Amino acid sequence: MTWVLGTMLFWAAAWALNIRLAASGLAQSRMGRLVVPAIFGLTLLGVWEGLVRGLQVPAVILPPPSAIAARIAASPDILWVDFLQTFVKGALTGYAMGCAAAIALAILIDRSPFLQRGLLPIGNFVAALPIVGIAPILVMWFGFDWQSKAAVVVVMVFFPVLVNMMAGLAASEPMQRDLMATWGAGYWQTLWRLRLPAAMPFVFNGLKIATTLALIGAIVAEFFGSPIQGMGFRISTEVGRLALDMVWAEIAVAALAGSAFYGVVALLERRVTFWHPSQRR
Amino acid sequence: MKAVLPVLVVVAAIVVLWYGAAVWMNAAWVRDQAARAGESVSFAQMVPQTLNQERPVLPTPHQVVAELWKGLAGQAVTSKRSLVYHGWITLSATLLGFVIGTGAGILLAIGIVHNRAMDLSVMPWAIASQTIPILAIAPMIIVVLNSVGVTGIVPKAIISAYLSFFPVVVGMVKGLRSPDAMQLDLLSTYGASRLQTLVKLRVPASVPYLFASLKVGVAAALVGAIVGEMPTGAVAGLGARLLSGSYYGQTVQIWAALFAASILAAALVALIGGAERVTLRRMGIAR
Repeated sequence: MTWVLGTMLFWAAAWALNIRLAASGLAQSRMGRLVVPAIFGLTLLGVWEGLVRGLQVPAVILPPPSAIAARIAASPDILWVDFLQTFVKGALTGYAMGCAAAIALAILIDRSPFLQRGLLPIGNFVAALPIVGIAPILVMWFGFDWQSKAAVVVVMVFFPVLVNMMAGLAASEPMQRDLMATWGAGYWQTLWRLRLPAAMPFVFNGLKIATTLALIGAIVAEFFGSPIQGMGFRISTEVGRLALDMVWAEIAVAALAGSAFYGVVALLERRVTFWHPSQRR
Repeated sequence: MKAVLPVLVVVAAIVVLWYGAAVWMNAAWVRDQAARAGESVSFAQMVPQTLNQERPVLPTPHQVVAELWKGLAGQAVTSKRSLVYHGWITLSATLLGFVIGTGAGILLAIGIVHNRAMDLSVMPWAIASQTIPILAIAPMIIVVLNSVGVTGIVPKAIISAYLSFFPVVVGMVKGLRSPDAMQLDLLSTYGASRLQTLVKLRVPASVPYLFASLKVGVAAALVGAIVGEMPTGAVAGLGARLLSGSYYGQTVQIWAALFAASILAAALVALIGGAERVTLRRMGIAR
């Protein structure tokens, strides 16, 4: 009971602190924008811990954060192997191949407005479909190892990137293209010096959407069969054994990997499209 | 006509490629059979045999369409073989979860817009949560809820709700903030209360944003329901059809379930798109 009461008090105190911080001048600064959500996140963890202890929730239903942290600290080797298998081999490989293929196809059909008009609605249509469902088929075709996961990721990231790249290639203005033409630039020169740079904000939009899709694809594909390592494999088998602290540890790693992946692409975007109005500060 | 023709041509090209790939990928099995029987097959003999196999590596489009038709119209809708039955199970979980997730998302967005502490605390997490693979927790939610006695539609609906929640929060916050300072000032000169400002200005202004995120949310909710049907051991639903098809090597069944899921997704998105058009036209903000 003391745990529950203490948790309530802790919650109230932390929330009051956040209200004070949000109303103060600190919230205008960069620091404040980091501190307030951090306090909120820590509060959630604290409440979770307190309620699990106070209400004596069994560990097979919801383990406390401390148990999850202990599990992460105790088995870095398993987590690392799973991370390599799912993220580096499955998701990253598939991401690179899928994005490259989509960008290449968009450039290839760029000269044919007919094909563009045909492909754009289809691409938009397919981007809304539940493509993860293709996972069992690709696992059958490419086997249980990371190749099939990479294949699922390729299919998942392909259409969002394709649609965005096609929109990007159309983004340069007629005036700019005319200018290139008056300078006697050929197709490839115009592409390289004008249209690709102009397409970059759109491409990165697609690339950022694709980071999340890549990780989801790689993890879900492992639910349909995998070697004895990988995040999706670990999650589904440890859930079966009710070792939920391990499951949460994997989820923490997946969340961290997903955010870091997104962060890296966003950072790259800032470097490449530094000229774009949305990047000005 | 100008818009339809290119789409048809590309679709036709995809179908032709599909048949070609089916012949190429299913040929190995035909050659194996012939080698076992001690015969040799010519290319002309082989092609027809690749098109109608029982368990092809890649089913041909007409096989998939036939299976889809059999599943949709060839059975009583209560039959376990009927795709309508499985589709309804998935759809009901999707819709329940979608309604819960959207409702909660709108409420949280209203809270975020009106409370600065909530905005600063919650919003970064709502945005960051879009970059993490939430779907990974689906098996855990299902199994844990099963072990405390909650089964059936609710666990799947929770996953769907969770997936559709964050897009709606982010979109609605953007929408509720979209009225500019001039409009807000006007309402405050009228002496409007915060509730009146919300109802008469912010909510109407957020409608286009709401529909955009509803489309994303409903697609995510469907994926959540499908993935949520897998860990329970393939009982019912389109996800279960996918999983049992993959267990027993019934490739035609997998493709049919996949197409059924795609039709469902397209129908849901189209439905919301239709509602969007009608609503925006009625409100006079049609683009």
